[in-house]
Amino acid sequence: MVRVGMIGLGKMGLSHVAIVRAHPQVQLVAVCDTMTYLTDVLAKNAGLKCYSDFDRMLAEEKLDALVVSTPSKLHASMVQKALERGLHVFCEKPFVLDVGDGERLVQLAESKQLVNQVGYHYRFVGAFQEAARIVKSGAIGTIHHVRAEAYGPVVLRAKGGTWRSAKSEGGGALYDYACHAIDLVNFIAGTPASVGGVVRHGVFSRDVEDEVYCSLYYANGASGQLSINWSDESFRKMSTKISVWGTNGRITADRQECQIYLREAHPSVPEMRPGWTIRYTTDLTQEVWYYLRGEEYSAQIDHFVRNIEQRKLDGENTFRSALQADRVVSMILAEGAAAGASAASQAGFQPAAAPARKGVWARLMGGAS
Amino acid sequence: MDRVLFGDNQFFGVNHMSEEKARAQQMRFQDLGAVLDVLDAAYQEGVRTFMCTTHDRVAEICDYFRANQQKYPDYQFYPCMPYAHKYANAVTEHGMLEALRRFLPDDGAIGAMLKGGVALANKDVEAIMQLLIDAEMKMFHGLRTPVIFIQNVITDLLLGLGLNDCFRIFHDHVRNRYGAEPGFITMNVPRLLDVLDGLGIDNPIVCANINKIGFRMCGGIELYEKTIATRRFRPVAMSVLASGAISPREAIDYVCRQPRIESIVFGASSRGNIRQTKQLIDELTRSKMEATA
Repeated sequence: MVRVGMIGLGKMGLSHVAIVRAHPQVQLVAVCDTMTYLTDVLAKNAGLKCYSDFDRMLAEEKLDALVVSTPSKLHASMVQKALERGLHVFCEKPFVLDVGDGERLVQLAESKQLVNQVGYHYRFVGAFQEAARIVKSGAIGTIHHVRAEAYGPVVLRAKGGTWRSAKSEGGGALYDYACHAIDLVNFIAGTPASVGGVVRHGVFSRDVEDEVYCSLYYANGASGQLSINWSDESFRKMSTKISVWGTNGRITADRQECQIYLREAHPSVPEMRPGWTIRYTTDLTQEVWYYLRGEEYSAQIDHFVRNIEQRKLDGENTFRSALQADRVVSMILAEGAAAGASAASQAGFQPAAAPARKGVWARLMGGAS
Repeated sequence: MDRVLFGDNQFFGVNHMSEEKARAQQMRFQDLGAVLDVLDAAYQEGVRTFMCTTHDRVAEICDYFRANQQKYPDYQFYPCMPYAHKYANAVTEHGMLEALRRFLPDDGAIGAMLKGGVALANKDVEAIMQLLIDAEMKMFHGLRTPVIFIQNVITDLLLGLGLNDCFRIFHDHVRNRYGAEPGFITMNVPRLLDVLDGLGIDNPIVCANINKIGFRMCGGIELYEKTIATRRFRPVAMSVLASGAISPREAIDYVCRQPRIESIVFGASSRGNIRQTKQLIDELTRSKMEATA
């Protein structure tokens, strides 16, 4: 049995608790959150041992592993404490807000030979795994372009009071939505070397961006585009799609299906004829022992637990792998800041300080606000 | 329960196979008239039970059936609560506590208590759940709701967390306040039955994916078949076509051959498909009954 502690009982955290607790190879020892109204209920009604002090939980409980699902800004220090105590760590995405922190934590986890994983659950969705498999097989030829998109209805008005709307806490569509899409790009098409043409705008938010667009550039000359908008009500929930173009065809994958177009048959995928092949989630999905909201959430926890049992350090979504997404995020921030500063000086307005509504209007109408 | 229940995924852009298809359905059904036409067609084909999420738009459907009770004298709803995205989006936007407060009555003592940050006692959890159930049930006022379901995302969250008391609270409130039979939708049938048995909830209505390819049947198709054959509960089969991955006859034949499945819920967008599926269920149910007689 793997003895697990958990910190952070927000939306993802609670869902993780349910999945972890249901895992047959896990003993959920204790959970920790500062929301005492919630921990009270879990303690009284679910018989869960609850803490409000993270350090106390680490000091008092004998744990093998920790699951971290706190606001992003807190990840680095909590992950560090857990690693220093010799715990295997599963951390929610994004891994860290500062690449330097991430590099240190990768070193620490690897030097201590601890299993480490980040919650990029899309890598456990059958359709995306199929896309990655086909691209890596070489079936669609040399990749020359990739496009990753994510849209959904998170911020739909100018108000909102959670950490997701606070820049300093790791809020904003870049950290929330875009890093998923970036990680999928890394997973399926490889990590870009640089970014350009960054647009990070608020649609309704004052403090953070609600949309992110940029170009991705690869060392071999291939290109990509990222298109993210979490203020799009026409989507019922987050919808993420990736398309990859190669010299022998293209692939488009979302959570439901993987559409493949091959110009010519390829020996690495003998089952596919030239033209269209559609693979659906119903064929591609692996059964899980417990289902909540999607197989991928259970599958990633199961992967973490199995890797701990087998002391396997090179699994999916390691800190090292997730740090690649953080690196791209930091390139977007750096490029965006440089571009934003020059645009602001030319146009004479300050994107961050201007009220969001007015900002959009000013941008679209070309006037200064 | 009726043998055939009509589901609502097609009306709200839920499709497990294709986002494009889901969007096309959303476009088609954004007019209430298009939804009502399909429900009317289903009624003409003998399907008089609508098993539906407590989506905001269902309120408009309820208004129609309330106003047309002569035309649909035996029509009934099986509400499935809550529409989880409504809560999930509110939690993302406002945080958990504020989101909860927004779904409770404005002037209630519970809301004030949450505001004050007072620790919740067991009776408060019960009171909050009752208020949330009542809020979801408001739209069905004056309509027949003989079975009331709790949605799988909530069932399976509570089940995983170990908040087993909540199932008892839901069960008792649905029976006492609404004179209805509680139902539980889940993706984890064997585990849920263990918990309901432990709570002394006898012979519960449990709705779950039951299909020939084992799609989203946690624990595996063999365990499901054994569970259906041997345990005391009233199964309702959903996702029998696995979003179109199985041909209709093969899919329904499989479900009809499982013993003791009381009802089958399916969604369709055209009268032709509704008729075909309904006839298949009737035919294959009859042939199974003749075989066992």
